[in-house]
Amino acid sequence: MEVLLLSIKEQLVALFPAVLQPLAGHLLSITPVLGVFAGCFALTTVLERKALGRIQNRFGPNRVGPAGLLQPVADGLKMIFKEDIVPLKADRTVHFLAPVLLATTALLVFSVIPFGQAPDGRHLVPVDLEVGLIFFFAVGSLAELAVFMAGWSSRNKYAMLGAMRAIAQMISYEAPMLLSVLTVVLISGSLSLVDIVGTQAGGFWHWHVLTPWGAAAFLLFLTAALAESNRSPFDIPEAESEIIAGHMIEYSGFKYALFFLAEYLGLFAMTSLAVTLFLGGFHPPIPQLAFVPGPIWFFGKFVVIIAFFIWIRGTLPRLRMDQLLQLAWKFMLPMAVVLLIVAAAWHRISLTWGPVFGWLFCSPPVIMAYLMLGRGGAGKKGGPRVYRYVN
Amino acid sequence: MSLTFAIIAAIVLTGAIGLSVLRKTVHCVLSLTIVFFGLAMLYIRLDAPFLGFALVLIYVSAVTILILFTVLLTRNREIETDVSPYSRGSIAGLIVGGSVFAGLIWMIYRAPLSRGITELESPASVKSLGERLMTEYVLPLEVIALLLTAAMIGAVIVAMKDPG
Amino acid sequence: MDSLSDYLLLSALLFSLGLCVTLVRRHAILVLIGIELMLNAANLNFIAFWRFGPNPEALDGLLFVLFSLAVAAAEAAVGLALILAVYRRYSVTDVENIDELKG
Repeated sequence: MEVLLLSIKEQLVALFPAVLQPLAGHLLSITPVLGVFAGCFALTTVLERKALGRIQNRFGPNRVGPAGLLQPVADGLKMIFKEDIVPLKADRTVHFLAPVLLATTALLVFSVIPFGQAPDGRHLVPVDLEVGLIFFFAVGSLAELAVFMAGWSSRNKYAMLGAMRAIAQMISYEAPMLLSVLTVVLISGSLSLVDIVGTQAGGFWHWHVLTPWGAAAFLLFLTAALAESNRSPFDIPEAESEIIAGHMIEYSGFKYALFFLAEYLGLFAMTSLAVTLFLGGFHPPIPQLAFVPGPIWFFGKFVVIIAFFIWIRGTLPRLRMDQLLQLAWKFMLPMAVVLLIVAAAWHRISLTWGPVFGWLFCSPPVIMAYLMLGRGGAGKKGGPRVYRYVN
Repeated sequence: MSLTFAIIAAIVLTGAIGLSVLRKTVHCVLSLTIVFFGLAMLYIRLDAPFLGFALVLIYVSAVTILILFTVLLTRNREIETDVSPYSRGSIAGLIVGGSVFAGLIWMIYRAPLSRGITELESPASVKSLGERLMTEYVLPLEVIALLLTAAMIGAVIVAMKDPG
Repeated sequence: MDSLSDYLLLSALLFSLGLCVTLVRRHAILVLIGIELMLNAANLNFIAFWRFGPNPEALDGLLFVLFSLAVAAAEAAVGLALILAVYRRYSVTDVENIDELKG
């Protein structure tokens, strides 16, 4: 399948004149990524609504098309034909630029993620950057700027509050996220996502998630990813019951759809990165299954994590602001620093004595750190809520 | 001068001029981000992609957001509305800036600059950068780490509300 | 390929613009932004000299920029904290109105 895709691309590129060939090559790499993830977005919205409906003991969308599967089409049509309202006092330029910037950055981050590998060693990746991981986070962090622009330009106190909450949350969770990713960089010795995937080839026992530090870093990463993409239980920036929709409140029609799209694409980007860094990317779990193409494995793991996220959303209640920040700074950040040290130790120990000793020496510190930090983080404020007026 | 360079230079200069003439502070900060984007593109063009993306990561996501937060925490009505955004001695400032520019130009055209460029086999690799950082430059690295910690603690203490 | 003097010209322009912003604008935050602009002009020079210099394998220019980025971040944090503290005390951000020490 990878060979097929790459040769289709080559055939198509050869049709263009020589001057346009690099441009055409890039365009042809971008188009499938755009198409596939936009399709994922449409499917995920309907699946999420259906799953949430089942969790909450109702049906969910089931009217449009077979089993409600055409619901996203109906939603999209409605969004496009809605009137685009810009508040009178709003800063029109910035108000317009914010969703554009957000959607652009949400799409750009997919350009470094490898989706498969042909037998001759070529990778199915839009651009193989040597500093791919830095690119991912640099571009991903532009979302903060876009959220600020949206909140500020709307001239609405709810929008501003939501934007401030969102930015505080994104900045807080970026630190533990970067540190938990650094463990993988430390072990694989490269910032290129293609190389990082390459170190996990040859079976699930090579995956980074199956090491003491990797498992913990994976969980930290997933938590931070939920927070970065403003999803429940970290959805206070757009809490419907408190500040309506946060920075998106003054947006309508297609711009609102862009925000919605960017939010899901951000989630997909984080999920893809988690799959790439910890779950072996497009590599099959056992080498005998290598006849199944890489993209299928990639999207299989992807769907599992997305389903996990939907499950979390249906199950956990929203955190308070102070609980949210405490979790980030008092638990996740120290935990990630501990993991960094443990990963360095693992590298030395498992190289010299083998992975068994690595497990023996590296899992106690992780468990110890979890117990101590978990105890410490759940101080007076972080503990169970006291209902002062009820009891 | 190639076309790409001209475009990027135009982006950088647009941002820089924007931030010096726009009235609203938030607009100035947003046009500062345009400058940083342009500079990052120039870094990438000069075969230093790591620094280019690090610039975006540090400046656009950290420093700019910090500045924007400060702008929002310090509302100054008189500047936002009718008083001129330029200070009283602005003519003198412009003269100083212009003369510095003239001096720099004079020096650039006087200096014996090498016109050629040494070909690199590959862009500066992160690995060699890290190796240099951990061997030869390890002391500056530690000092910078100390400086950042001290600056962070200092900033928190300075910006903390007075207990009284 | 573009030449070294193009980069130097651009960075000279940026530096002078930064200087003008620092000297001309009234808002304290814009003064700080002008300083950031000047720092970045210097960084651009470092990278340009590293790339066009005789020995680009040495990476010294890049490392200098790396340190300069860190120092600039620290400077921005402390500067903004100072602006915030001054604002809390006098509720001004206009550098011309902070004249308590004027005799």
